Amino acid sequence: MIQAIKNIFQLGKKEILSLCRDGLLMALIVYSFTAAIIVASNASTDFADAAIAVVDEDQSQLSQRLSDAFQPPLFLPVEIIQRNDIDRTMDEGRYTFVVVFPVDLEKDVMAHMTPDIQVNVDATRMSQAFTGAGYIQQILFSEVQKFVKDNSGDSSAAAANIVIRNRYNPNLYGSWFNALMQLANNIAMLAIILTGSALITEREKGTLEHLLVMPVTPFQIMASKIWSMMLVVMVAALTGLFLVVRMYLQIPLAGSYMLFSLGMALYLFALTSLGIFLACMSQNMPQLGLLIILVLMPLDMLSGSSTPQESMPEWVQKVMQFAPTTHFVNITQGILFRGAGLRAMWPTFLKLFLIGAGLFTLSLGRFRKSVA
Amino acid sequence: MSNSPSNEGVNIEPVVSFRNLALKYGKTLGLDHVTLDIPARKLIGMIGPDGVGKSTLLSLVTGSHAMQEGDLRVLGGDMRDKVHRNKVCPKIAYMPQGLGKNLYFTLTVEENLQFFARLFGHNAAERRRRIDRLTKSTGLYPFLDRPAGKLSGGMKQKLGLCCSLIHAPDLLVLDEPTTGVDPLARRQFWDLVDSIREAQENMSVIVATAYMDEAQRFDWLIAMNDGKILDTGTPDEILKKTGKDNLDDAFIELLPEEQRAGHKTLVVPPLETTEADGYSIEAEGLTKRFGTFTAVDHVSFRIRKGEIFGFLGSNGCGKTTTMRMLTGLLPATEGVAKLFGNPIDGNSLETRKHLGYMTQLFSLYGDLTVRQNLVLYAHLYQIPEDEIPERVDALLNRFQLKEIEQKLPNDLPLGLKQRLSLAAAVIHNPEIVILDEPTSGVDPVARDLFWELIIELSRKDKVTIFITTHFMNEAARCDRISLMHSGRSLVCDTPANIVAQRNAATLEEAFIGCLEDADPESNKAATESCIQNDETPEEEPAQKGGFLGWLTSKFSFQRWYTCYWREQLELLRDPVRATLALFGALILMVVIGYGINMDVEDLSYAILDNDKTEKSTNYALNLSGSRYFVQHPDVKDHADLDRRMANGELSVVVEFPPKFGKDVDDGNSPEVAYWIDGANPSRASTINGYAGLVHNDWLTNLAQYSSNSQNANQISVETRYRYNPDVASLPAMVPATIPILLMMIPAILAALSVVREKEMGSITNLYVTPLTRTEFLLGKQFPYLIFSMLSAFLLIVMAVTIFDVPVKGSFLTLLVSLLVYCVVSTGFGLLASSVTRSQIAVIFLTMLATMLPSIQLCGLTNPVETQKGAALLIGKIYPATHMLLISRGVFNKALGFAELHHEFMILVITVPIILGLGVLCLKKQES
Repeated sequence: MIQAIKNIFQLGKKEILSLCRDGLLMALIVYSFTAAIIVASNASTDFADAAIAVVDEDQSQLSQRLSDAFQPPLFLPVEIIQRNDIDRTMDEGRYTFVVVFPVDLEKDVMAHMTPDIQVNVDATRMSQAFTGAGYIQQILFSEVQKFVKDNSGDSSAAAANIVIRNRYNPNLYGSWFNALMQLANNIAMLAIILTGSALITEREKGTLEHLLVMPVTPFQIMASKIWSMMLVVMVAALTGLFLVVRMYLQIPLAGSYMLFSLGMALYLFALTSLGIFLACMSQNMPQLGLLIILVLMPLDMLSGSSTPQESMPEWVQKVMQFAPTTHFVNITQGILFRGAGLRAMWPTFLKLFLIGAGLFTLSLGRFRKSVA
Repeated sequence: MSNSPSNEGVNIEPVVSFRNLALKYGKTLGLDHVTLDIPARKLIGMIGPDGVGKSTLLSLVTGSHAMQEGDLRVLGGDMRDKVHRNKVCPKIAYMPQGLGKNLYFTLTVEENLQFFARLFGHNAAERRRRIDRLTKSTGLYPFLDRPAGKLSGGMKQKLGLCCSLIHAPDLLVLDEPTTGVDPLARRQFWDLVDSIREAQENMSVIVATAYMDEAQRFDWLIAMNDGKILDTGTPDEILKKTGKDNLDDAFIELLPEEQRAGHKTLVVPPLETTEADGYSIEAEGLTKRFGTFTAVDHVSFRIRKGEIFGFLGSNGCGKTTTMRMLTGLLPATEGVAKLFGNPIDGNSLETRKHLGYMTQLFSLYGDLTVRQNLVLYAHLYQIPEDEIPERVDALLNRFQLKEIEQKLPNDLPLGLKQRLSLAAAVIHNPEIVILDEPTSGVDPVARDLFWELIIELSRKDKVTIFITTHFMNEAARCDRISLMHSGRSLVCDTPANIVAQRNAATLEEAFIGCLEDADPESNKAATESCIQNDETPEEEPAQKGGFLGWLTSKFSFQRWYTCYWREQLELLRDPVRATLALFGALILMVVIGYGINMDVEDLSYAILDNDKTEKSTNYALNLSGSRYFVQHPDVKDHADLDRRMANGELSVVVEFPPKFGKDVDDGNSPEVAYWIDGANPSRASTINGYAGLVHNDWLTNLAQYSSNSQNANQISVETRYRYNPDVASLPAMVPATIPILLMMIPAILAALSVVREKEMGSITNLYVTPLTRTEFLLGKQFPYLIFSMLSAFLLIVMAVTIFDVPVKGSFLTLLVSLLVYCVVSTGFGLLASSVTRSQIAVIFLTMLATMLPSIQLCGLTNPVETQKGAALLIGKIYPATHMLLISRGVFNKALGFAELHHEFMILVITVPIILGLGVLCLKKQES
């Protein structure tokens, strides 16, 4: 038993030593938790700077007021175009939204004729299009209402006012979310690649076979790879979290770092086991590279780190309950943004642990079989 | 044979001449300002201990390593001059050290040879003739269809030789070519070299070797030590100078005093064990079959404790397979093998503790230092912690590794690596040591050192030694030897008895006699090939002059095609990879197409009602009717709200203040608070929009109710989602997945191609053949390009048929853009491959460089223009951005080339930039 632990320690130390020799690899690890996070934080997910144009066939006070209602930072300055320009400019992708104020808009409004305002949305702009369409509707309704009220001399206040309080991220900075989700994705990428290819390299160089004639068990070999790579990624990710996310990007982080680290350890346990599993499934490095893409892309894209899981089909949500990324995204958002404690998070921790244990058992079985 | 060079015409220019040539590896001086003229048309031998600069000198001469200090002229020109290097490259053949380092293991013997022959531009008939001749004379002919990776160590070496001989060069450089090759094959090999030299008079051959019996037949010898040249001359001259009668001794004599101080003639004390001591290793009818091929055929032996048992035989006769069965790595098909009287069990840790094993190929960690390797092995073999430093030091001293204990084995020559392997195999004082050609490639002094240790282990510590070797003087030291051929054991006896039985003069003669008896065919083939050699080989394809010549020196279609041909063979050999790439793309398209939906729905909400009047209930009803929201149980108070929002259960909570209903009625404009989970800002802003609409709805209904007016709505807003009127996720996502997938998958496929060659060593072929970097990279790229286009086509077909997303615009524009795009993405992989050295690093780099940008920065969900800083810059220049616009333009917006030409041009411009960088970053010489 003691010997087993010693072996696991020694073999793991070897992994770390040889990792340190590859200067480029070390540089890439540093990059993935510094510059890559900063770049990703600048990717846009919040609704801002939408390109909008107006076709004003009414040229009235009302249409002018409505045009003026589209303000930065949500919208770029409004541009005025002609009706026959709509198709061309939208094809070119110049505007995401083109709002058309029809002739006699103001007149019809005052006459309670309920005129139509047409909003053209470039649906290929995806989230900007869908979010923006909601905003535009709301802006139009409330501006028209105000206009009618002003002109009818009605000085009574609205029946009730709406107050919106965005918690945890009051200004809805997309960069906060992006930075942390990128961290989660890069952890996954690194953990799987490092463990998976460490195993393949040993096999291709013949060192694995040599280990197998020594008093070392497959379990020890696998466990050593898992702990060493967990440690490397954990140190890199936590350093990135403090130095880049907290200090440089100045993103306020709520919650307990200790609890978050525990969550990260569970996450890494599951991912490194997955890395070993993938390596056992592939015969050479090119196959492993492809397998990693095949697994990593859905893990990242469907985890809720880019679009919310609520809007995914039921079956995707169910399947993704078995993905470690889903739970780590919950842990990150829960602890670091919402300040959740263990009382709120324990079911997620438990699920993540069970997934990790399952993957470990599965990989150990595969690994034993592959070396026998 | 052994003429002095001065006897022949003085007017022949030296084939190689260097002045003050020096080379440093970091701080270590590999070559210390040497000066020499090497005469042309000779068979030149280089001898010297391991790691004294022989390989370094050879790699400089062949131009595979970049020069540092001094002057070097090869074949009449300056090797610093790139033009000259390119010119002489086709005239130099180089076989690097190591078992089959320049070979492609998934390709067959025939294909490997074809590759080299094609590179040098021979026509089909000539290729056939040369391949047949070379393989027949080396005994490889029956194995033409076998993948090179499945050959035994010695056979790989032979194949490496054939590959370098395929184009009849002016200068043939062989770095320890016969390491691990059996005596019969070695003899055939040198006969072959002689016959080629006879046929081609102006060929010069430079060989580094550890076999002194080979050195005997060379015309001229260069003895090296410590980066310097000790002496030169014909073998006879050297013998005379040293006053010895054989080269082994002469070589030792040439070394400086301190190095030979430790050397003494070895005496093997007789074995003092009896049958009573029992057997350490027993094998009874041991058999191993791979499919129909029988590698080991009913081999039996019993080895006493403390005995040195030698295993000899031709290459590929099953020696290594037998050893692998003894170590438990390979289960036997038939028969039993026992260690210490117990049947071998692959899982018995106890047995393994007493077993030392040294593999034929170096199998320690190349990226740990010599010392770290030994310490690791000491730990794994459970040597007590406090004894480890002492034990490691003892071994370092014993094997003379002390000076290089901080070096990486990757940077060491073969001989030193072998010493390290042996040290690791005996570190735990095992009771049985199994050594697979431990002395191959090791210099004579170090070999004797090995044997001194082996004898000591055997006689003093009663360690049983099971050893394979191709050196006859080593075989003679064994207590008993077994001669193997084609999986069968021919004889098993003491060396003396074997010599006596065959009435041979030496053990080598007896050995070769046995082999020839067992397999008359191989001998016949060798003789035949010698007869064939009388034909004059066809002239090397002439180099064209003028502009055409200049152009072909830069880019030859023939060589490009050869590279392409080889790469596609390798891709086809790995059908799993191809299938993964093709079907993987299709699966990902399904997953992303269905999985990602921008239309946020099913948001969980709850009510915090401090009012509980008709007004608030009415408001809440409005919410529950919305398709966007899903109601959860009411929130009790703010603490409950905090908790349930923190654990992610609720995305939005709507709070009504106390007296809400009354305040509405009184016209006090109470506030309805929407608490929104802002952790995911994009979801939160969607909720913001929805909240406004819900509130407005309620206001309108209220107004309608109170005023009884018919048209409470002043306006109606008609939102038209262009290009995707149903707001379906498939038409939005499917066209976007194509650029993403065709960035990542082709890039990762191509990325490993170059780095694999770097890791496996076959990159040397780029260094020493006429291949240019452009031919090499473009040749490699082409199979992946074809493959990516196939993948692109399948993705489009799938989009149209399964997902029902029609191509509305110009199909041709889409296809041509995808072609350019795939050139870029495969080029991306090659670029990553050019700058990295390990497979791990390249996978990681490629993923980082493709996955993050193409998913997040290229306008998949939000327009690129809304990004900031570096993200904006990357988004603007990244090829996926432009391909995404083209793909969506053609699929969704029904556009053609006229509207998309701007994006297309950007892709076109990217091509030369990416490929140019790839070529620039790839080195044509090692440095």
